[in-house]
Amino acid sequence: MSRTSKSIVAAAMVLIMVGALLSGCSKSVTEPGASGTPEKVTLRFIGMEQAGMTVDEQKAVAKEFEDKHPGVTVETTFVSYDALHDKLATALAGGGTAFDVLVVDNTWMAEFAAAGWLMDVTDKITPEMKQQTVDQDVTWRIVTYNGRLYGMPWMLDQKYFYYNEDMLKQAGFDAPPKTWEEMVKMARGMKQKGIVEYPIIWSWAQKEASNVDFVTLLYGFGGQLESAPGVASFNDDGAKKALQFMVDTLKEGISNPASTVSVEEDVRNTFSAGKAAFAINWLYMYDLANDPKESKVAGKVKLAMMPVSEAVLAKGIPSATSNDSMGMAVSAGSKNKELAWEFLHYFTSPEVQKRYAAHQLPIWKEAFSDPELLKAQPVTTKMFMEQFPYGHVKVHVPYYMEYSKIMQLSMQYAFSGQKTPAQSLDEAVGQVNKLAQQYKQ
Amino acid sequence: MRDSRWQEYRFAYLLIIPSLVLLSGIILYPILDNFVISLYKYDLTKPWFRPFVALGNYQDLIHNPEFWASVGRAAYFTAASVSLEVILGLAIALFLNMQFPGRGILKTLVILPWAVPTVVSAIMWKWIFDANYGALNGLLLQLGVINQYQAWLTRPITAMNLIVAADVWHQTPFVVFIFLAALTTIPDALYEAARVDGAGALRSFQRITLPLLRPAFLIVFVVRTMEAFRVFDLIYVMTGGGPANATQVVTYYTYVSTFSYLHLGDGAAQSFLVSAFILVLSVAYIKLLGSQVEY
Repeated sequence: MSRTSKSIVAAAMVLIMVGALLSGCSKSVTEPGASGTPEKVTLRFIGMEQAGMTVDEQKAVAKEFEDKHPGVTVETTFVSYDALHDKLATALAGGGTAFDVLVVDNTWMAEFAAAGWLMDVTDKITPEMKQQTVDQDVTWRIVTYNGRLYGMPWMLDQKYFYYNEDMLKQAGFDAPPKTWEEMVKMARGMKQKGIVEYPIIWSWAQKEASNVDFVTLLYGFGGQLESAPGVASFNDDGAKKALQFMVDTLKEGISNPASTVSVEEDVRNTFSAGKAAFAINWLYMYDLANDPKESKVAGKVKLAMMPVSEAVLAKGIPSATSNDSMGMAVSAGSKNKELAWEFLHYFTSPEVQKRYAAHQLPIWKEAFSDPELLKAQPVTTKMFMEQFPYGHVKVHVPYYMEYSKIMQLSMQYAFSGQKTPAQSLDEAVGQVNKLAQQYKQ
Repeated sequence: MRDSRWQEYRFAYLLIIPSLVLLSGIILYPILDNFVISLYKYDLTKPWFRPFVALGNYQDLIHNPEFWASVGRAAYFTAASVSLEVILGLAIALFLNMQFPGRGILKTLVILPWAVPTVVSAIMWKWIFDANYGALNGLLLQLGVINQYQAWLTRPITAMNLIVAADVWHQTPFVVFIFLAALTTIPDALYEAARVDGAGALRSFQRITLPLLRPAFLIVFVVRTMEAFRVFDLIYVMTGGGPANATQVVTYYTYVSTFSYLHLGDGAAQSFLVSAFILVLSVAYIKLLGSQVEY
């Protein structure tokens, strides 16, 4: 081979490689949907594989939408709650084309909206739509940031108090506890009689799940998350009593020691295996814990109002729980925003929500007077309406993920005995308020 | 003569240019981009606020106790898991290097844990350590070591050590096979000569086997330290950094800072510091173990 032909061969190879590299880059930018015929559109939906509607139910809704819209394909992706935020954040930060329709927790809405990642749908929500939902204020707060709306409320959920009726009867109790103190007494009785080793199971792992239980107990002991808008106060008297209660019941073996590494699914598994008399969980557990295929205690599972402390009950407040709801939003980077909105609209419509109400109740007021729904879900619909007025929403700030971690850790330090509950909460509130200052800069 | 040699070199370089271009596209460019990001205060929650801070993120990290605590945990994890893996790996390799029936089957069995994907092995160990239905509880209860089920992963120090155990189970086979490969290259003549000279088994191990395994030690230490210091998937699945941050190693902290808190500048700076630590460690190993042994 002559010198020049060698150079030509080499130069050609360089060109080919560079060309391949560049075309590889540009290909990832164009949408696969755009290359086909114009009518063929692919919508990508990302949802959650935990609490609420099951994956199969969500897939079924996507299928219904496909049938109604020829040419439209809906691709679904499901991840666990604890993986969802990071998956959404990376997809949205990367341009937001990876998913068109997203399930977004109420606590992430501020963060994503502030970053400009969600489609502003304020003009699409009519006053009638607002009036038709269960509670105008609480329901729409899920998707509101700075007075603008960024999606549709989708799952109105709150923590419910579950108990195993059989175990209570065996121990000689004929009604569920009204206060946390009463629950502790009943638990002691059951433990002594050997009915159950650890009477209550919670989701207190170092995850978001622990904050939900903490908020429930914090309000149950008379505390408040904020003393004024933007000023954290989860180190007030009620909060400290709540965390002390958590630590004490762990020490005494009333709360299952595995609580501190459990999330909601672990709670469901433990309770369904008959290894707990009481449990705190979302609505979805009611159907699953009463399903003989999923549970050893099917038929014995009952719901009651979330207890409060004796002191709070004496003030005339009979219950306190966490209201932790999720919305659905359209990615600002979506190539098919209108169609995506239509899908989201269909997904959250009264008609669809009523049909899939076993694990997640509708956001629509009229559904709760619909005889068919009341007949299909007699227990949960009634419990939902009773418990809903006592729900407390978490804070909505763009730096929530860091806030959340600080709160989770404040509990963990108290559980492991590295700090006292009071010290741990004081430090955490100091950190959160510093975070708020930093964000304002 | 000299001219044609140079021609050959030039042709060789031209041939490797395509792969160089590819590598710089997928390795060099992201590294440089990451470095540029690390020079900005860049929070995705505040997209309008992105000031250039030069080495400000690095300075913040140097004064960040949570970062150093997570570096310390990674160092503990690395020291514990790598030393256990080397000791166990060497012992198993020496055993498998002997001639005995069934050796082939045993070799195949030994590699099995390494063939399991890390996430799968992490889920498996999480189940084994489970407080309510874990196999470890079942075993210890039947043996009478404990009188009731224990919630193993709820105790900070225990949780870290159990993750070390899971890593040792998963990674020891790799170490075994590196050592085994090196052992088979040591000529039997050396041992025979030693025997003739009256050296015992221990002495030939000290004077022949260990020195000749030096290159294998280097590979094992460098590769395993790099991997152990960056441990992520085991932690993500088994504990999520808990309890009380006791298993939050440095890569996990970097991940949380970047993808949960969305502090990209800070996260980029962290990843650079972690790479620097690993580089220093690797250079130290090469200096310590890299010298050639000649016989």
